[in-house]
Amino acid sequence: MLQRFFRKYDTTDIVMWLIGAALAVIVIYGAARTLAVGKYSSDVWRDFIIFGLAQGSVYALIALGYTLVYGILFMINFAHGEVFTGGVFTAYFVAVALANSGFSDEHWILSLLILLAVAVVVSMSVAVLLERIAYRPLRNAPRLVPLITAIGASFFLQYTYRGLYGSGVKTYPDIKQLSGTWVFFGIRILRTQAVVIVASVVLMVGLYIYVQRTKAGKAMRAVAEDKEAAALMGIDVDRVIVNTFALGGALAGAAGILYAMLFKQVNAFMGFIPGIKAFTAAVLGGIGNVPGAMLGGLFLGIVESLGPSLVLDGLGIRSPYQLKDAIAFLMLVLVLIFRPTGILGERLSEKKA
Amino acid sequence: MKEESPFTYRDALQFGLIAGILVIFISLVGMVVAFNERYIVAQTITLGQIIVFLPPLTLGYYGARRAKGRQGSKGLLMSLLLGLVAGAVVAGFVILGTSVNLRTVFINAAPKLFDVLTFGRESAAAAALWAIAGGGLLAVLGGVFTLLSSWLRRALVMAITSVVLIGILQELLNITFGSRNWFKPVNEFFFEQKGLSWTGAIVIFVVTVLISVWRTFYGDRPAKAMSRMSPQSQRSIQIGSLVLGGIILLLVPRFLGPYPSEILTTVGIYIIMGLGLNIVVGYAGLLDLGYVAFFAIGAYTMGILTTVGKLSTMEWSFWLALPAAVLLALMAGIILGIPVLKMRGDYLAIVTLGFGEIIRIVVLSDWLKPSIGGAQGILQIPKAHIGGYEFKGPEQVYYLVLFGIALVAFVAWRLRDARLGRAWKAVREDEDVAEAMGIHLVNTKLMAFATGAAFAGLSGAIFAAKLGSIFPHSFNLIVSINVLSLIIVGGIGSLPGVVAGAFILVGMPELLREFADYRMLMYGALLVVMMLVKPEGFVPEATHQREFHEDEEEIEADSLAAETS
Amino acid sequence: MAILEVINVTKQFGGLTAVSDLSISIADKAIYSVIGPNGAGKTTLFNCATGFYRVTSGDIVLDGDSLVGLRPDVIARRGISRTYQNIRLFQNLTAVENVLVGHHPRMSAGWFGAVFNTPHTRQEEKEALGKARELLQFVGLNGVDKELAKNLPYGAQRRLEIARALASEPKLLFLDEPTAGMNPSETSGMTEFIKQLRDTLGITILLIEHDMRVVMQISDLISVLDYGKKIAEGTPDEIRNNPRVIEAYLGRGAATQHEAQAA
Repeated sequence: MLQRFFRKYDTTDIVMWLIGAALAVIVIYGAARTLAVGKYSSDVWRDFIIFGLAQGSVYALIALGYTLVYGILFMINFAHGEVFTGGVFTAYFVAVALANSGFSDEHWILSLLILLAVAVVVSMSVAVLLERIAYRPLRNAPRLVPLITAIGASFFLQYTYRGLYGSGVKTYPDIKQLSGTWVFFGIRILRTQAVVIVASVVLMVGLYIYVQRTKAGKAMRAVAEDKEAAALMGIDVDRVIVNTFALGGALAGAAGILYAMLFKQVNAFMGFIPGIKAFTAAVLGGIGNVPGAMLGGLFLGIVESLGPSLVLDGLGIRSPYQLKDAIAFLMLVLVLIFRPTGILGERLSEKKA
Repeated sequence: MKEESPFTYRDALQFGLIAGILVIFISLVGMVVAFNERYIVAQTITLGQIIVFLPPLTLGYYGARRAKGRQGSKGLLMSLLLGLVAGAVVAGFVILGTSVNLRTVFINAAPKLFDVLTFGRESAAAAALWAIAGGGLLAVLGGVFTLLSSWLRRALVMAITSVVLIGILQELLNITFGSRNWFKPVNEFFFEQKGLSWTGAIVIFVVTVLISVWRTFYGDRPAKAMSRMSPQSQRSIQIGSLVLGGIILLLVPRFLGPYPSEILTTVGIYIIMGLGLNIVVGYAGLLDLGYVAFFAIGAYTMGILTTVGKLSTMEWSFWLALPAAVLLALMAGIILGIPVLKMRGDYLAIVTLGFGEIIRIVVLSDWLKPSIGGAQGILQIPKAHIGGYEFKGPEQVYYLVLFGIALVAFVAWRLRDARLGRAWKAVREDEDVAEAMGIHLVNTKLMAFATGAAFAGLSGAIFAAKLGSIFPHSFNLIVSINVLSLIIVGGIGSLPGVVAGAFILVGMPELLREFADYRMLMYGALLVVMMLVKPEGFVPEATHQREFHEDEEEIEADSLAAETS
Repeated sequence: MAILEVINVTKQFGGLTAVSDLSISIADKAIYSVIGPNGAGKTTLFNCATGFYRVTSGDIVLDGDSLVGLRPDVIARRGISRTYQNIRLFQNLTAVENVLVGHHPRMSAGWFGAVFNTPHTRQEEKEALGKARELLQFVGLNGVDKELAKNLPYGAQRRLEIARALASEPKLLFLDEPTAGMNPSETSGMTEFIKQLRDTLGITILLIEHDMRVVMQISDLISVLDYGKKIAEGTPDEIRNNPRVIEAYLGRGAATQHEAQAA
């Protein structure tokens, strides 16, 4: 009996179960203690969750870029965080110009749309250039080669932005129509957060329709399924790949503007951490899976927003908010170790059956 | 080699455009102005100007080479065309930049930049004409290179490179040898206040050309002469040169003084890390992006166990703490390795990166501040001693580092050719087959991971003892990327490659502060370019070359199979 | 005496059944061939027996010990070695290194042995190297020791792969289409060679092969798989005249024709 058990699961499996169980116990213990102490009111929890949803929807939009590219090329576009930075950092200068001219005070919706357009176009261009220059020549190379290239491109872009736009932190001008709160169904929500959530939902629905219904979306799915067969059916694979990068870039650009609404501050290195988090979100939802990336993003956003005060506080850790990013990274590590196919994982084909 | 399509006028336009954009790029990120401070030839040519010249020159060369075909004239025509285009692009940029204030967006689009680009010419129109003419001239010059025979081309490139290099090194030479008697006349002959003197530059140029030509035509003579000798005397020559090399290595700090020794110890610390990561990435094919974590563990172990400051615990001596640091890093390698090593290659990279970041964030936080100092780090780490000899300054720490390199290189070298090394390479080449050949995957990978971690721990321990204080910000992802870059540039899997890579990538920026600012920009570009053009690195491993071209080979084998069946 | 017994093995991938309730028994020092159309489950059988796939149900027994649930490297140590349909050498290792990797499970030097280069390690390396050279010679690869595997010609790569498999001193050798992509003279050379392997080394051989001439010439016993099921088993003569085999290979029409001719 025992022998059969050990044949089926080797030691590393057992060690990992133990680690997993220990972590689960710690998390539950921390959460229970926090709730028992009752340090935060239910209003505070609700605000945490709404903020989590808002930042999570930004992660989700970025995560879509990872997932789309991975679905087609099976490569991690490590530089996707920098695609995101490119749009929002460039749009900053437009935002300042619009604010200084007084235009954004009068037509705040129009000026937001202009910013969105700028960010989308810039991010899209960065993504497409990246594909053309750095990734296309390596399409048939072993897996680590494009990954190393992408890491190089990531740092190259970060320091390019720093060189072009300077190393300081810049603050987006406020939109006064969006300060304060709105009340929906008796729930008070910060206006910026409401706009971010609504806008990202619209974008995600739009993307879903695009991928499922349009001809270009169908071509994309066909290429993801089988490149050679798609090529034989007369689909221009190169073009679909460029489209995919462009689409991912556009979403990252839009995410950038939403990010700027939430957090205001931009700098040359801002994309790195959200990039990794979005990758985590993509893996959480099962990389290559479009709805999965959306859910993964929202989930991660909420966990990150709740985690420090819910779990770490309960464990008696000092200044838990300093460990916010560590929570996201821990999620990343745990998901990849325990469930690399993600919560909704489907496409990721493990070589071993 | 791939077959190249004929070079058309459209290609020439494209090349010209690329060259122009490259010039604008290096201008806007600030490299041109920063490098303009450094004169290569006194009062004549600055490094900034040289990097502006480089894009039209090299693209002119490549354009001409591709267009050449039978006769050279067409190549030159193409060069001229692309040079003019490049010049025109830059001219447009200059006119735009001098008439509109780009500075609100691009911080480096300052008047100073345009001074450099226009070579001080006042009128924008004149400057634009100069830029176009200059672009054409440079590109044609590049094109002319294609007409030279290869030995001459090599000699000229070598000569120009060495003039630039020695020009760059002026400051270092001054610091190093400034106090020596013999240096003064040499200095006066070769250098002026800033940059090489004309006579100096010409002498260096001519001498390098002569050396290069001699090497082309007679370079194999020493080797030939040696092969004619008896095996015994061959062996004694080999041993003799090893001993000589060893003695030189031991005397280096005495000869060079503190500042270069400081640079050498920094390079050395990276060499140790590089040798470790080389085992993980180069031999076993595991891309570890969280490598810095083990460096940090080594440094923090050393710091906590030896510090006599606020956080003092054991107050051990360096030699007692050193094995503890290595052992702890090794154990961390095993503990982190067990859960991650079952993972596929690209996921492994991301997970290790995650681990590295978690460790950094936790170290930086207030949570563990009482024991490891948080953002304030650990201070007052004593220096290492042997008896009465203190490894005080860089000149002494150098020996510590040298010892570390020797130890680690020896281990890496022994492992490479042993049963374990073969197993690593087999795993790198094809995991499934390696397993089917009886190799225990997790154990084998774990051994590579732990060995690499131990090396990093050693490196970190020496690093802590060298600085005397450590802070979390010394252990961020950039360090991992630096180490990865240096082994890729040197040649993955190659021991001499690690050393060469460390000297180029770590030594250069330490030497030149204007390089330091653009260090990561250049590393990033270098990683991309290396993967695209030369994935085997500059000093590739001798017999066992690349894993990186494997797919091409597979395709070949497949098509072969298809043909024969 | 059977060296390997496959007992009622089934392997499913999702809804697809690649091998279905298969039982075969391979006698010691036999050459046993498995044939069948593409997708009949032959390679899946190999992958199950070498531990690369986990069987859905059934048992695989080597010399009285079950192999089910063991990792591939453990099975390799127990004495099963294999080659691949599309050659899978360690491309960037030299020929001799490839063979030495094959010898890995029969060596013991570890980290410390390597670093301190102990007498045991030295002795072991020396013997392994000698054996590897011998094996290269045995498979007819002379003077290519230091050549990278990827630079060898196709036929030599096939032979090198066999040498690598032999280096682990297996009791049982699985050959997956060893003559694929070979011309007739190379094929007959390989056929001879397989026979020689059994005769001189006394190794049991399980062979997957498409080339009927090869199979008929050297097999002691043949199994025919179709859609994961064993549809026939017997000596080459029995198989040659089995109507179900002909049907599986050539379709129903051909089978009836054959029967008519026989009658």
